Amino acid sequence: MASGKVIKRAKYKSSVKDPGVPGILEMMDDRFIFTPNNPKLSSSLSVQFKLIKGHKFTKEGSHKHALLNLTQDQGGSYIFEFENFSDRDVCREFVGRATTMAGEAGKTSSEPSAVTPQDEQLISTQEMERRIKLLQEDGELQKLHKQFVIGGILTEAEFWATRKKLLDRNTSSVIKQRAGFKSAMLADVKPAADGRIFAEKPAVHQAFLKFVPRKMTEKDFWNKYCRAEYLHSTKNPVAAAAEAAEDEELAVFLKNDDVWASEARRKIRRVDPTLDMEADEGDDYIHLPDHGLSRDDSKDAIDSPYEEYRRSLSQVLNRHGAVVLEGRSIDVELGDTRSVAEALARSKQVELANEASDGNANQERLDRISQLAEIEDLQPPRDPPLAPLFIKDPRDYFDSQQANALKTLGDTLVETRQMKCNLSTSEAYGSLRECISEIKIAGLSDPIVKPEIAFKVFNGLTQNISSTKYHLGKNPQESVLDRLPNITKDELLHHWTSIQELLKHFWSSYPITTSYLYVKVGRLKDAMSQIYPKLQEIKESVQSDFRHQVSLLVQPMLQALDAAFAHYDADLQKRSAKGGDRTNGYDRMRSIKLHYAIIGLKFKFRRITISERALPSCLVQFIKLHSVFYFEILC
Amino acid sequence: MLVCLCNCTDDVSLLMVLLDTNPFFWSTSKSTSLSFSNFLSHVLAFLNSVLLLNQFNQVVVIATGFNTCDYVYDSSSSPTNQRAETLLRKFEEFVVKDEQLSKEDTVDGIGNSLLSGSLSMALCCILKSNSNDIQRVFRSGSLHPQPRILCLHGSPDGPGQYVAVMNAIFSAQRSMVPIDSCVLGVQHSAFLQQASYITGGVYLKPQQLDGLFQYLSTVFGTDLHSRRFLQLPKPVGVDFRASCFCHKNTIDMGYICSVCLSIFCKHHKKCSTCGSVFGQAQTNAPSTSNQKRKTPDT
Repeated sequence: MASGKVIKRAKYKSSVKDPGVPGILEMMDDRFIFTPNNPKLSSSLSVQFKLIKGHKFTKEGSHKHALLNLTQDQGGSYIFEFENFSDRDVCREFVGRATTMAGEAGKTSSEPSAVTPQDEQLISTQEMERRIKLLQEDGELQKLHKQFVIGGILTEAEFWATRKKLLDRNTSSVIKQRAGFKSAMLADVKPAADGRIFAEKPAVHQAFLKFVPRKMTEKDFWNKYCRAEYLHSTKNPVAAAAEAAEDEELAVFLKNDDVWASEARRKIRRVDPTLDMEADEGDDYIHLPDHGLSRDDSKDAIDSPYEEYRRSLSQVLNRHGAVVLEGRSIDVELGDTRSVAEALARSKQVELANEASDGNANQERLDRISQLAEIEDLQPPRDPPLAPLFIKDPRDYFDSQQANALKTLGDTLVETRQMKCNLSTSEAYGSLRECISEIKIAGLSDPIVKPEIAFKVFNGLTQNISSTKYHLGKNPQESVLDRLPNITKDELLHHWTSIQELLKHFWSSYPITTSYLYVKVGRLKDAMSQIYPKLQEIKESVQSDFRHQVSLLVQPMLQALDAAFAHYDADLQKRSAKGGDRTNGYDRMRSIKLHYAIIGLKFKFRRITISERALPSCLVQFIKLHSVFYFEILC
Repeated sequence: MLVCLCNCTDDVSLLMVLLDTNPFFWSTSKSTSLSFSNFLSHVLAFLNSVLLLNQFNQVVVIATGFNTCDYVYDSSSSPTNQRAETLLRKFEEFVVKDEQLSKEDTVDGIGNSLLSGSLSMALCCILKSNSNDIQRVFRSGSLHPQPRILCLHGSPDGPGQYVAVMNAIFSAQRSMVPIDSCVLGVQHSAFLQQASYITGGVYLKPQQLDGLFQYLSTVFGTDLHSRRFLQLPKPVGVDFRASCFCHKNTIDMGYICSVCLSIFCKHHKKCSTCGSVFGQAQTNAPSTSNQKRKTPDT
């Protein structure tokens, strides 16, 4: 734990401009205590570090006072002014240590406390912010939250427990990335021992392994390297060639990188054989010499003997890009150049071995060429294996729907009797032809429809239309809700969502295994029972036109609630039966029957009269539960 | 070339009328309420009135026969006088052709007419006229007539045509062509009920068949634009619940063949409709209820 305690003289300020109360600030492992010199001026402070979220302080050297500002979890802060900056810094460090420790302690203590869901002190501020954000974004959620959490029916934790997904969506946790090489170019890289030079310049790597420390010291090696780099930077291949002729080791650095070149050749071999570079020629810059980089034409005149001492910028760029993309392949403690070089060499060997292992790579390459260069005309048609759909008897589809479809139209099975046509085919067609010639001769009848019949038709249609006018909800184009007044509609929708929320919590609490769940179910049940009268109110408040539709809409809500209550009662009864209150089997049966009878009647009769004798204990309980309704019990 | 000069053409209709000419249906119907000749006189009067409603209205009549179906009349290609005569002459020819194609001497029950065929023909005609009309629209600046289909149907549904009829219904729905249906037979028609429901048309089964013209002109005479302002008979609703193929029981939950969408009330090894072999149903998947309950944590 942190080292003991710190005691300093300081002034406590409620704000920055406040002159402050002089006193003694004492910091301990878990708390800090401020005792004013004059106890009459203000009371002493004792604050736990657990509650401190962070601290701020003024910079030294400015004309400001040496201030330390401890910000509290619930907002608000404690500001202390110290006599000098060194005192302040001691305290600052102490606070820093203490708060982190308190934070860790809080985390470890939150694990066991997860069992008691009421403990909400430990939700991280991040989590809190996310919840607040969700509530702000979703008005409906906010309404529910207000109704249930602030109304005390659900706890904060319960409310959010069912919405974990919503919360998780926002926390796309950042995966820790392995740091690769910086994209800085080697031109300005010091011969640092992070393996970058070796990675980008395999020839230097090889030379290092060969020469150091047998032939020369590491210092000499890097000297030579830097000399070579200098010669490159002069862009004078003639001079470079001259120096290389004198110094064998230097030549290694100056010449083109063999390893690099061979590696490039190997890579080219792996390129898709059908790749057509010429096709890309129209792309920007590719057709320009040196990829559009400015260059000095005069240097082109130099002949081939010095060619190997020249190095083009694009080569370096390419190599650099490849190394950066490859990333770090070795995980060696950086520092010792030698060990880095060796580790790199080992990883290279593994790579090479891997490549060598698939020795038939060349064969594969040839296969690929023949595969890709296929002549389409000579290939057989390649259809995916298809089994044609074979339906033995489509009549089944019809039968599976017809029965229901006709039932709604009121067709009885008696009517669907098959009429037997007792004419032969030729007779039937003959009579049809007769009919046609008949009308040909006679012409249209006059009048087409007798007035009485037309009147009947009109009457029938009008009746039909007026009776189906309110057949709403069956037509997908119109919704019953849209025809209701807006207030009623909103209210209904709100009740529906709140019932859903309550039921979700209710059913998820079963089976009741802990007393906590038992209490929770009780709370939920009370909340649900309060919805009944509200629904009834809605029904009564709407105009008579809509009452039927509203009651149709309310019906499923009531059913869902009734089911929950029935379950609650059944469960309660089971428990009480277990718990020694043993009624005999007959009584139980009868009371269950009564339960359901009451649930069914609940809305038909608002007053039920039952004599005492017919009341088993659990039924009394039941009536108590549904205290919303008015029951009159006669003794 | 017909060039429309007026711009208010939202009430121009292209009406496809499908006439059921199943001879077995009409021979049984004769004795009851409506003979075929009476039926024709009602329909002819109705067609005339539709053509009189707007000079740009177009009427196409398709005969739905027992063995075949065919276009019988098209108002845009026939002379304006002697409409009825042309129609009836073509009708006679059609009946003769239909008879020639029949193979059996007697038919069990009253048989089914080829509703799927005539529906498809109607849709073809509508799409063709639409594509023609698009050119006309560009030339004259007027809209093409709004197409709709009217089925005057008496024969019972042919279960064997189910797939074809449903396909026709859904393509009508896609091309926004309402299918109105007027059922003349004793039974309701599940096909036409669905067709009208899905495409937003009117389904009607007249009680007074001798007043057919009155029904036709009151309910089916109005164009699509005017329908928006009228209160037409509404469907009572269609029960879309399915029954299983194996026992014909209405079910709420069941198994469905992933190949042909047949419905079964219990798991089968093989689909009885298309013969697909099913894998084992995953009934013993680990259920979450076995897991130990936890109280919600923070």
